Amino acid sequence: LRIDGRRATEIRRISCKPSVLSQADGSAYIEQGNTKCLAAVYGPREPRQKSAILHNRANISVGVSFAPFATSERKKWGKSDKRLLEIASFVKQTFEPVIQTSSFPRSQIDIFLQILQFDGGTVQICINATTMALVDAGIPMNDYVCACTAGVIQQVPILAYDDKLMSQDNPVDLNLIEESSNSPEVTVAILAESGKVTLLQSESRLSLKKLQAVAQLAKAGCREICDVMDKALRKNVKDLFGKMEA
Amino acid sequence: MVKETEPSIPEKAFILQALKEGYRLDCRNKIEFRNIEINLGREFGHAEVQLGSTRVFAKVSCEVTRPYEGRPTEGILVLNTEMSPMAIPSLEPGRPSEDEVLASRIIEKALKRSDAIDTEGLCIIAGEKVWTIRIDIHFLDHDGNIVDAACIAALTALSHFRRPDVTVVGTDVTIHSLESRNPVPLTIHHMPICVTFAFFDNGNLFVVDPLHREEQVREGDMTLTINSYQEICAISKAGGIPLELKTIVECSEIAASKVENITALIKAALKQDAQKRFVHYQI
Repeated sequence: LRIDGRRATEIRRISCKPSVLSQADGSAYIEQGNTKCLAAVYGPREPRQKSAILHNRANISVGVSFAPFATSERKKWGKSDKRLLEIASFVKQTFEPVIQTSSFPRSQIDIFLQILQFDGGTVQICINATTMALVDAGIPMNDYVCACTAGVIQQVPILAYDDKLMSQDNPVDLNLIEESSNSPEVTVAILAESGKVTLLQSESRLSLKKLQAVAQLAKAGCREICDVMDKALRKNVKDLFGKMEA
Repeated sequence: MVKETEPSIPEKAFILQALKEGYRLDCRNKIEFRNIEINLGREFGHAEVQLGSTRVFAKVSCEVTRPYEGRPTEGILVLNTEMSPMAIPSLEPGRPSEDEVLASRIIEKALKRSDAIDTEGLCIIAGEKVWTIRIDIHFLDHDGNIVDAACIAALTALSHFRRPDVTVVGTDVTIHSLESRNPVPLTIHHMPICVTFAFFDNGNLFVVDPLHREEQVREGDMTLTINSYQEICAISKAGGIPLELKTIVECSEIAASKVENITALIKAALKQDAQKRFVHYQI
């Protein structure tokens, strides 16, 4: 059992809701455990900058921001903080081959992500929220993109997209054993139907032989998350149809 | 900002078709690295690496500062990457481009996150004085795969660097000048080497150490940071074409096989430099 009472292969409690914002073309609010993220999608619309116009496909621009109250200590994040730019870049490059951008040449799709509470697993929650928001906006995509993390504790691969074990922002919460093992953590994003890996991220030391096992575990977690997101999206559409019939 | 000219359609088709038939633009095979040349400067901590035509220069310097609030017994490692329009014509001076951010983050993860340098040994007086080691990486010429070249340059410069010797008596700190006492090398636990792959043809083809032209045509890329103990220090496949997991595992095994060779090259260059200086030190 882990710190929060979960078993090794249990994912955090997820709740997600699409269409939460009135102005955005598509939006989603997702909670994975204690991490909360809000995503808004605008587009396809006219690009604001002439330099952003691509002649044969849509330009995707992603902006990520952390609320100052997101972490346990209040901290104002600068707009060009390297970490935020990196996450934005990951999201953009993940969705570029998945969104059918060639259907909308010379236009722009803007994706805005706001982390309201941070408890580990930023990249994965951003990707999950973006998927939901894009589907809500009706932008054609090849497949769902779902992300999950997995790690290794004491030589046994576990499914851990849990903060307290994996987050380096809260080292206080790590117990001594986990700290000494340096908590290897792998974030994987897959296409739900084909199972292909779009994003694979790891920042801590991981034995070469364990890569396959850990990644497989993360993929299984991704599929579970995908089911939850799919259900929420379908329910939303059913509700809309219900309102139309009434 | 000058927009980079994209390769023409016949050029793209040519590169792709050649790869399908097993040929690359510079006659390498798909898992071969270009010729690596490492040059060490007169001063300690000065290294210049040439990976084919890609040139990167790294310089390490140190100064005494206050430690971070939450980590009073650890030294500080600062990494700075400079990409100028001299090397990369499409860059706008001042604003960091997306590629620059990603490249510098990969190198930062390879050097800082992986605990390659022992920071505890950089402490002089806990809570008051520690060494700040500053690594400056300048990209001089971009012909593809600047990340790998930068990593090799930074590692070589760090291994080559010597900091002044320090004696602490109570709260009295004496920093000896380079003339009075031999400078001390940094403690390097392991050498994390970056290996970059570029993917083509819907993820079916990949090459190691892509050229600039290959990078412009690629559909996806991945950088693996592995050390000689067969540990993956970092993986960065940031989007791009979706791949099968087995392709990624295959790439990791290929990368592991390259690391031995590159680590040996770095050590040989350091040894050669040592012999030139008639200084005996542990590598």
